[in-house]
Amino acid sequence: MSLEEWTHSLQDMRQQAAIAAKVFIQRDYTNGTVCQFQTKFPSELETRIDKQQFEETVRTLNNLYAEAEKLGGSSYLEGCLACLTAYTIFLCMETHYEKVLKKIAKFIQEQNDKIYAPRGLLLTDPIERGLRVVEVTIFEDRSLGR
Amino acid sequence: MLQLGVAEPMRECEYSQISTRSSTPMETPYKKRTPKKRKWQAFPGRNKFYCNGRIMMARQTGVFYLTLVLILITSGLFFTFDCPFLSVQLTPAIPVIGGVLFVFVLGTLFRTSFSDPGVLPRATPDEAADLERQIDVANGSSSGYRPPPRTKEVVINGQTVKLKYCFTCKIFRPPRASHCSLCDNCVERFDHHCPWVGNCVGKRNYRFFYMFILSLSFLTIFIFAFVITHVILRSHRQGFLNTLKDTPASVLEVVVCFFSVWSIVGLSGFHTYLISSNQTTNEDIKGSWSSKRGKDNYNPYSHGNIFTNCCAALCGPLPPSLIDRRGFVQSDTPQPTPPTNGITMYGSTQSQSHMAAATPLMQSEPVILTDEASLPGRTSLGGPCSGALPLGGQPTPPTSTPNLSCDNGMLPTRNDHSEAHHHMDGVHHHFLTPEEAPSPPGMLPCGSPLGHSHTIQGFYNPASQDSLHEDSVRGLVKLSSV
Repeated sequence: MSLEEWTHSLQDMRQQAAIAAKVFIQRDYTNGTVCQFQTKFPSELETRIDKQQFEETVRTLNNLYAEAEKLGGSSYLEGCLACLTAYTIFLCMETHYEKVLKKIAKFIQEQNDKIYAPRGLLLTDPIERGLRVVEVTIFEDRSLGR
Repeated sequence: MLQLGVAEPMRECEYSQISTRSSTPMETPYKKRTPKKRKWQAFPGRNKFYCNGRIMMARQTGVFYLTLVLILITSGLFFTFDCPFLSVQLTPAIPVIGGVLFVFVLGTLFRTSFSDPGVLPRATPDEAADLERQIDVANGSSSGYRPPPRTKEVVINGQTVKLKYCFTCKIFRPPRASHCSLCDNCVERFDHHCPWVGNCVGKRNYRFFYMFILSLSFLTIFIFAFVITHVILRSHRQGFLNTLKDTPASVLEVVVCFFSVWSIVGLSGFHTYLISSNQTTNEDIKGSWSSKRGKDNYNPYSHGNIFTNCCAALCGPLPPSLIDRRGFVQSDTPQPTPPTNGITMYGSTQSQSHMAAATPLMQSEPVILTDEASLPGRTSLGGPCSGALPLGGQPTPPTSTPNLSCDNGMLPTRNDHSEAHHHMDGVHHHFLTPEEAPSPPGMLPCGSPLGHSHTIQGFYNPASQDSLHEDSVRGLVKLSSV
């Protein structure tokens, strides 16, 4: 089975395997309205994954979102250029934010494949939940000796 | 090799028999050919969608068409009757500049009206259940009457901000978000609901809205000035009465522009002030960050200087739409297992088109809708820009909302009573908001339900400070009385 097929079967698993619980990582608003998620390690995941690992994932996600919303020379340039072309430029080009969102989707896919799926967990891309939460699905663990 | 490497860790946790075959659509080519619905067709808010989900507007669009007609007719008359004379007598640059302004105005108007203002999608049943659980744990509540209103406090850049729970969307609203009762959606960085553009003004379309009113101010002043010039120049030759006979349209244009200039230029000035201080109309009217509220009260979202605030608002990155309007509705139905180790169970998630019945809360939603329908006056309350006021938002029962409370102590108790009354009836919390909307404590100094314009004026006076503010505020009042 190729990696893609295995990942797809993972998604299918979501619908067919038993879901034991779902944990929701809420947004962290202490820096304002920028998209950041709380890095606090939820207790339900204690038996499944290493705290460091999890916090690292969330921290990287936060950094990626910060990059998307960063105010700087390049974002201003993009904004001005868009205004001058009456926003028609976005018919051919992606906004910076969209590019970073694609990066984030890839990152989450990668994390799922390498770290979370082997432990019976599945991260859902926050954009599918309106950037409100990071949904972690915990699958039932039926292996022997657990 | 890859296979082996991947299969190994999976053996640590064994899952129930997975059959990947049956889920691929190729295996079932001719079975269950139910047409797939697009998400906009199952959208829970009160919005209208056009062009298969590409265009999104509020439900009441009558005033938008009026705006469009006014702009088209006035500009059309200008180009037909005044421009030929002016381009010959003065310079052909006049119709060119006018044309550019006109195109810009229409472009920004359409962009404001048709785009998603920043609607927050409603919580999935699992999320809502999880939040409910957390709130119950926090309150230590038992069965019986509903617990007190749900708020969460968070410190942002040194200021304490209260996050309110939205009963319709089942989420804690992010800071600066508000629920628009006209569209029945929570909108990020909610500014106000503008009937003139037929949409809410929020995070994603605020810059277009600003550019629309700014360019419309220029266009109105431009047309006004040059029509007057035209009439004067002609009168020199032919006399005033003959001029009026030749170009009767000019009179109409002057009248329309004269009345528009005051409100639109005032509004542009007001929003320029809002942008430079990084506030929303909502916040400004409530006086959330005004220094009168307290010595240490400041705006935690401001970047510090006017230039950065303006750049951030107008040229900052444009966030994508969070509601996937043109995506297809998935029917997600995972199988829950009986609870083990005390892990909370979640009901099977229904398809997104049926978000009801997963939790007891949601079962009452259909009832809410009919009840709101039976109060038509409420939803059209204050008509335009009611969303600008906390009226338009969906205030949580105000037992603990300092920004809504008056100085006089009598009003909170009145609301407490009404809230308790509602609790006893076992009525869903949501019922309170249509009740509260017309007469929230902060709005009415004397606490009695008054007519729309009274209500608004009674509230505006403390808010307006300098004359610019007042002009624009009057503009809003005028709009609200439409």
